[in-house]
Amino acid sequence: MQNQHSSSPNSWKQTTITSEEQEKTRQKTKLVLKRFTRKRENLVPILQQVQDELGYLPREAMLEVAGFLTIPEMDVYSVVTFYNQFRLIPPGRHSVRVCLGTACHMKGGYILLDAWKRRLSIDRGETTKDREFDLDTVACVGCCAMAPVNVVDKKAEGRVSPTRVDGILLAFKMEKEKKDKESQ
Amino acid sequence: MTVIASAEIASAYEKIKSHALSKWKNLWDGEKPVIMVSAATCGRSAGALEVLQTIKEEVGKGQDGIRIIETGCMGHCYAEPLVIIAKPGNPQIVYGYITPEKARRLVKDYVRGQDTSPEFALGALKETELIPSIYDLPRFKHEKYILLENIGRIDPEDIYHYIARDGYEALAKALQMQPENMVEEIRESGLRGRGGAGFTTAYKWEVCRSSPSKTKYLICNADEGDPGAFMDRAILESDPHSVIEGMIIAAYTVGARHGYIYVRAEYPLAVHRVEVALRQALSMGLLGKNVLGSGFAFDIKLFQGSGAFVCGEETALIASLEGKPGLPHHRPPFPATKGLHGKPTVINNVKTLAYVPRIVKNGADWFSQIGTEKSKGTAVFALAGKVLNTGLTEVPMGTTLRDIIFDVGGGIPKGRRFKAVQIGGPSGGCLPESALDMPIDFDSLKDVGAMMGSGGMVVMDEDDCMVEVARYFLEFTQRESCGKCTMCRLGTRQMLAMLEEFTCGRGRMEGLDTLRELAEDVKAGSLCGLGKTSPNPVLTTLRYFRDEYEAHIREKRCPALMCHDLIAYYILPEKCERSCDACVGTCTVEAISSDKRRIKVIDQAKCVKCGTCMTACPPQYNAVIKLSPPEKVPVAEKK
Repeated sequence: MQNQHSSSPNSWKQTTITSEEQEKTRQKTKLVLKRFTRKRENLVPILQQVQDELGYLPREAMLEVAGFLTIPEMDVYSVVTFYNQFRLIPPGRHSVRVCLGTACHMKGGYILLDAWKRRLSIDRGETTKDREFDLDTVACVGCCAMAPVNVVDKKAEGRVSPTRVDGILLAFKMEKEKKDKESQ
Repeated sequence: MTVIASAEIASAYEKIKSHALSKWKNLWDGEKPVIMVSAATCGRSAGALEVLQTIKEEVGKGQDGIRIIETGCMGHCYAEPLVIIAKPGNPQIVYGYITPEKARRLVKDYVRGQDTSPEFALGALKETELIPSIYDLPRFKHEKYILLENIGRIDPEDIYHYIARDGYEALAKALQMQPENMVEEIRESGLRGRGGAGFTTAYKWEVCRSSPSKTKYLICNADEGDPGAFMDRAILESDPHSVIEGMIIAAYTVGARHGYIYVRAEYPLAVHRVEVALRQALSMGLLGKNVLGSGFAFDIKLFQGSGAFVCGEETALIASLEGKPGLPHHRPPFPATKGLHGKPTVINNVKTLAYVPRIVKNGADWFSQIGTEKSKGTAVFALAGKVLNTGLTEVPMGTTLRDIIFDVGGGIPKGRRFKAVQIGGPSGGCLPESALDMPIDFDSLKDVGAMMGSGGMVVMDEDDCMVEVARYFLEFTQRESCGKCTMCRLGTRQMLAMLEEFTCGRGRMEGLDTLRELAEDVKAGSLCGLGKTSPNPVLTTLRYFRDEYEAHIREKRCPALMCHDLIAYYILPEKCERSCDACVGTCTVEAISSDKRRIKVIDQAKCVKCGTCMTACPPQYNAVIKLSPPEKVPVAEKK
């Protein structure tokens, strides 16, 4: 197992985006920055809100934040890579979080994680190629009594079995097909 | 200290209280039934929001003024979603395991009709002839609710509910006292910090109070990162005002003008409910420039932690509040002398602060009579794992583990045997059956190598492998090590590597001694609580369950049949039913096929050991078993 600063090798990789997207990122970041004063102690809340807005923290956004607080860019990067909440790669449309708290682990959370990995063909900390799903673990969501738990699109679900993974995926697939049909 | 305007404070509070009481009375003494739905995170994960929606739809159909309240968690997480129905003239009845379908029936049969539907009821909240009381359950013999008295009984998003149950009365009382007397009161109560270490609260307060600094801070530590613990979440989601009231009293006592609540971002509902509570307290003058007309000014900001376990350590938490990576630093200086921005800072856990209003209200004597000689008051535990009644419980200090696990928790499901209980998360330890009759408090737990920690209690039965448990906790602490101290950063890594070898069956006997020595070194060579306590799970399992380690090493066998690399699934041909296909369809990797006799066979090369077939196999056949070591699988099937 790697150190937390590189919980997945992919978190180091920056996604390259077009110059047009870069500009958009900067604009969106600036809008978020308007809500804050230029105090160092605002760094974490700023990054949280920028990530809420963009879904992740691209290089351009981090540079913008460093400039705003007039602190070295490295300081922003060190905070971003220290905390588990921040991500450097874009998320999928749906987020999947498998709880690996003690109770979930004892009741088969790791087996559940294996099932998600197998079905999505990605490791934890990664996003599927079609950017439909991203998969990660969470230390504990505090529903230990309902173990094992996963959180799909912010909705916690308890007592999940490996076969339920297929059910959740199927529901998304049907929803997507329905939408595609409607938009035709 | 300025002269205290006692009369003004009392009258300001009375005004709020009488308004709250009239609203409260109106709610319960009215002609209309009230339906309460438990909708904290635990309830929601069991489908409470769907139940709430159904009830709203059902009630909405008739315009008869039935009221619906969204409450927090009652602590009975095993029976979620929970619904409490209060009908005028009847006692409140608690219903458990509610589905939208059952909710619809309850509204029709009981709320609108006369059928109390005892088949869904857990019990009534009062002695009655109608339905057995919930207090007849064996757990209530041991439980004593102080912190949990309001949870699940009030609407956490309505401050009047809290005030009607004597909320903020302690604040009004405290504001009329001199701060030094307040410290004395807390000292007499014997309150010790509930964050884990059990440090004397009054001492922290006094150091900060007597500091001449003009700027001081108060921080509520709600960075409940221990996997397996959820008391702080439940309290913040279900009774946020008790924590806020405790904070204001603490701030008044030590002379802090600014406060922070540091909540994990992984608890979005707690964040939301605290935000709402803060807004309400501010609008009613309980927070802000002039608290209850006393001239005391205090504000609270909410700060969301970003998912680093080490930030539960107070110096790391302060670094994180200052916008830096959460690295702990050496103590002394303690935060009470030099904390946030270099100013004196008091950091208390959620539960510690929530005790404060109750102590002020009922007196130090009342509190110090509960518990043991050195650990006063109650302990809140989050029961999880292999126990029937998972959820929250609050018992006086000194209650035995046996009472908690078997009476409150209802014992081990499926008639399995108790093996160990893990207390205090990654900093705690695994205690065996021989420790069950020990009365637990801060000190007795330390003596046996565990720790109160924040109060997570995970029960394990004979299907749980202790080596794997030690590996799991170490994997967690190793990932969460901030990297500052060498022993913690590299030592835990080496320990993890050794444990991984054991669980794969590649360990050597000499490794056990090396592991113990290294564990002691990591304990000695780390600055903060994370490194100092991370070897505890390893040390306690080595101490109490050495035979399991030896089985992994000598026989390459996992006695609990849990370690992935040391087990194989096998279908007993003599038990397998020819006409049944249950396992074949559910296998997630299509590793099961039928042989010529239509007996099902697992292809061991394909099998990912997810255990789905074992669950799928109908109980009357029970043909799927686990074998360890995997070599036990008959050779014919290992192609």
